[in-house]
Amino acid sequence: MRILCPNCGERDIREFYYRGSAQDLHRPNLEDSLSDWHEFLHLRDNTAGEIRDLWYHEKGCNSWLVVTRNTVTHEIIKTELVKNTGEVRA
Amino acid sequence: MRIASQGILNQDKEITFYFDSKPYKGFLGDTVASALLANDVYLVGRSFKYHRPRGILGIGSEEPNALISVHKGRRVEPNVRATVQEIYQGLIVTSQNSWPNLKFDALATNDIAARFLSAGFYYKTFMWPPRFWEALYEPIIRRAAGLGRLDSKTDDDNYDQNFLFCDLLIIGGGPSGLLSALLTARAGLDVILVDENAIFGGQLRFENTIIDGDHCKDWVDSCLVELKSLDNVRMISRATVFGVYDQGTFGVLERLSHHVQNSENDAVLDRYHRIVASSSILASGSIERHIAFGNNDRPGIMMASAVRGYLNHYGVSAGKSVSIFGNNDDAFNTAYDLNNAGVEIAAYIDSRSDAGIQGDFPIFRGAEVYDTGGRLALEHICIRDEKGERRIQTDCLGVAGGWNPSIHLSCHTNSKPEWNSEIAAFTSKENSVPGMKVVGSANGHFTTSACFKSVLEVVNELLNSKGIKIKSKSPPKASDADYNISPLWAVEGHKRAWLDFQNDVTTKDIKQSVAENFSSVEHMKRYTTQGMATDQGKGSNVISIALLADASGESIESTGTTTFRPPYTPISIGAIGSSGRDKGFAPERFTTTHSTSIALAAPMIEAGLWYRPSYYPKIGENDWLQSCNREVLSVRKNVGICDVSTLGKIELQGKDAGKFLDFVYTNSFSSLAVGRVRYGLMLREDGFVMDDGTSARLSENSYLMTTTTAAAGSVMRHLDFVHQAYRPDLDVRFVSVTEQWAQFAVSGPRSRDVISSILDEPLNKKDWSFMACGEVKVMGVKARLFRISFSGELGFELAIPSRYGASLFNVLKLEADQHGGGIYGMEAMNVMRLEKGFITHAEIDGRATAYDVGMQRMLSQKKDFIGNKMAQRPGLLDPNRERLVGLKMKGSTSSLKAGSQLFNIYDEPLADNNQGFISSAAFSPVENCYVGLAFFRRGPERWGERINAVNFMADTQLECEVCNPVFYDPDGNKMHA
Repeated sequence: MRILCPNCGERDIREFYYRGSAQDLHRPNLEDSLSDWHEFLHLRDNTAGEIRDLWYHEKGCNSWLVVTRNTVTHEIIKTELVKNTGEVRA
Repeated sequence: MRIASQGILNQDKEITFYFDSKPYKGFLGDTVASALLANDVYLVGRSFKYHRPRGILGIGSEEPNALISVHKGRRVEPNVRATVQEIYQGLIVTSQNSWPNLKFDALATNDIAARFLSAGFYYKTFMWPPRFWEALYEPIIRRAAGLGRLDSKTDDDNYDQNFLFCDLLIIGGGPSGLLSALLTARAGLDVILVDENAIFGGQLRFENTIIDGDHCKDWVDSCLVELKSLDNVRMISRATVFGVYDQGTFGVLERLSHHVQNSENDAVLDRYHRIVASSSILASGSIERHIAFGNNDRPGIMMASAVRGYLNHYGVSAGKSVSIFGNNDDAFNTAYDLNNAGVEIAAYIDSRSDAGIQGDFPIFRGAEVYDTGGRLALEHICIRDEKGERRIQTDCLGVAGGWNPSIHLSCHTNSKPEWNSEIAAFTSKENSVPGMKVVGSANGHFTTSACFKSVLEVVNELLNSKGIKIKSKSPPKASDADYNISPLWAVEGHKRAWLDFQNDVTTKDIKQSVAENFSSVEHMKRYTTQGMATDQGKGSNVISIALLADASGESIESTGTTTFRPPYTPISIGAIGSSGRDKGFAPERFTTTHSTSIALAAPMIEAGLWYRPSYYPKIGENDWLQSCNREVLSVRKNVGICDVSTLGKIELQGKDAGKFLDFVYTNSFSSLAVGRVRYGLMLREDGFVMDDGTSARLSENSYLMTTTTAAAGSVMRHLDFVHQAYRPDLDVRFVSVTEQWAQFAVSGPRSRDVISSILDEPLNKKDWSFMACGEVKVMGVKARLFRISFSGELGFELAIPSRYGASLFNVLKLEADQHGGGIYGMEAMNVMRLEKGFITHAEIDGRATAYDVGMQRMLSQKKDFIGNKMAQRPGLLDPNRERLVGLKMKGSTSSLKAGSQLFNIYDEPLADNNQGFISSAAFSPVENCYVGLAFFRRGPERWGERINAVNFMADTQLECEVCNPVFYDPDGNKMHA
């Protein structure tokens, strides 16, 4: 498997560390309920199709990426830096 | 038998090799299979289940029958295909799966009992009674199971791995692959051409086709000359593309020295290539299939194309009187070539009544072979046609059941092939693998001219897509006739007809599978073991699918195929592991003082990839505990030096560095004064402890964080994630400086004297209170000094750029020696931190909360931080949780072990009564008894209780007293001195 790092170009999967769903980006506020936090931390969809995952270019530029990938075809549709997703505070 | 006028091998110089201890002659370029056939050896092995005599069936890597063991040096490699292994002077090979010998095999009695051993026999028979399984069934099955024998010696062969990149990978160096390479290389693409055989040419090695007026061998040669002259072409022979992976990644195994005598010991046996290609062309050719008729497995019955190949390439006739049984026009070529070479043709049998073959040999149209005879080799065949049945004497039968495109690689990413009834074979769907095009006979084009045409189309399209405009030329002209197949899968008859030769699957097994409702192709495969042998059913799967479709009343199309998975042919695990063996698997990280520790005879222990000294033995000490106790007491009394460089060090800079630390630690760091150090606790987002360590504020905008040795990598990942995902607004940058600094703990009441004596300016006690830090100079070198303690004594840690680490350690050691102390290792360090109740990853094992380890107060109420919310979950603050306590075991010399389970004195040691466990334990020279840290139900409320520590592994039960986890200097007076 190859991932296109926006900084470094296309690299072998072994340069990357896999974290899990990009849902991790949407950290609730301290005031939110425990059940919101529980959902954020523990509940994940098991998607046959497009998913968005967090990958870390650990043996490269140390950037966290969101990789949009199809679990059925294995196609990688998009890779972007976490900070460019528009989902994190500026 | 060898025919001098045929083939391309140089027949001047003979080579001797040994098969089952008997010498045979062959020529350079022969495989074991061709050389044995040249010596009229037909019986080469026994089948897996019935131990039926088996001969050579094919000519390539798809061979299911002729499996041999190769003896090389002190190693034996089992299950090598005789059709692939090239011979060399002195090669030693043996047959397999027979005892006492190949010609008389005791287990051949299985064949007589065959009607009891049909499909599903094992599943049904070895079920009852259950207790028989371990005692009786398993040992018997294990003894009988397996092909060949695994060499249990260590694999000391050399393997290699390689990473290659190209514009275009061409898989297969036959007519289609060669033409693809020529056209794309001429257009300037960076091309890699891979072929699994010793020489390029593919099927053209075995044919007499005329291409552009020349014999096809000359056409191949001229292609190779041109390809070798081009800088942008890399050609790899004896290399199998065994797997296709995502985003254009291919696994390739190159066999480098299986075909040569042991030369130097450092010769590489196999090389594992990972090839990354933006495009690929699959030109893997096709494999001829058998026809199921009675006793179709006798030695001497082969694929017709193999008979032709042995003749045209190796100059070997597979028999003295050869017959051919076909259902397509390609079978004609075998008959014509044999006839032209002067080999006697006993009969040509074609299932089609209109077969257009002509020749000066007996021809039977509309006829079938329904049985054969001969015990260890073929002696006759029985055929029937409209005139009746007859027996024909023959010692070789070439069967031409049609060709199956080798589509395996195009299906490795889970694409299913589709049935093409015109050629009666499966072909792959368009774009089965992104970027891959299938050409030639791999795509069902079964004449050379059709192959060339398909290559031209694909190459033009490919070049066009890459923006390269080349003139479309006409393809080379090849002389060949049409294929014209009329499918014939099985011949009616009451004799057993074999499908999978290695696993002994018959047509009857398929029917039985359907009768017992295992009628899905995947179920049938597992029930009958069809296609599960080392050849993975390359020649037999399609026939069995056709028969399954017939038996279940489905079409072949709806029956479909089983799943194609890598590897295409067997590959050595050694090659895949290659550099990942031994030290390559776990690289070693050494501190700057490593060689000093080794010179001092310190046994080293692993800490992740690091190696750290366990203890430093002195003359007269008999065991590690004696050395450890001496080191502990010497620190407690005077002073000790310990290398702590392996702890993770992360330097953070930026005006928001403090705010950032506030967010990743439970406690506050922005409030820390410059020149001060603070202990920090880091949680995971789920509220459990992730790591701990000290962080020092070096200047207004710069901090140095330390992590535990084990968690250095994961903390760095965590910091990057938190910064990039949650707080990119903070102005902070950080980098690991673990290897840039060597760091030494100087501990003990006299540590201040030792430090003072080596600093350029003496220590001012007032400026260096507990938890102070700052820059100092040692012999003119800038160093960092931290007044921190992991031993509970007055202590410092001195960090210096790594290049000075070894010499600083020697200086410190000398000073410590002069102050009545010395150096100490991990054992002593662990004892002292345990006596002090300091936690390590033995305690923070991912299941402990701050509350559990008694640090709830460190969770700031004034700010958000990672883990804050979830640490407040009621279940994590339940007083019933197992929480940190100390244990003392007075009055016993038995050793207390970590991992022991805790039980109330009056309770049975049963799981329901469990009260907790010991996380760390050691002998404390200060307490003069074993002490431990434990997680204990309602622990902090139960100091003073007595409990049983049960070690189920050692079967011991030791009574301990629950106490404060801080055994030594609970008020911290010594540390603060």
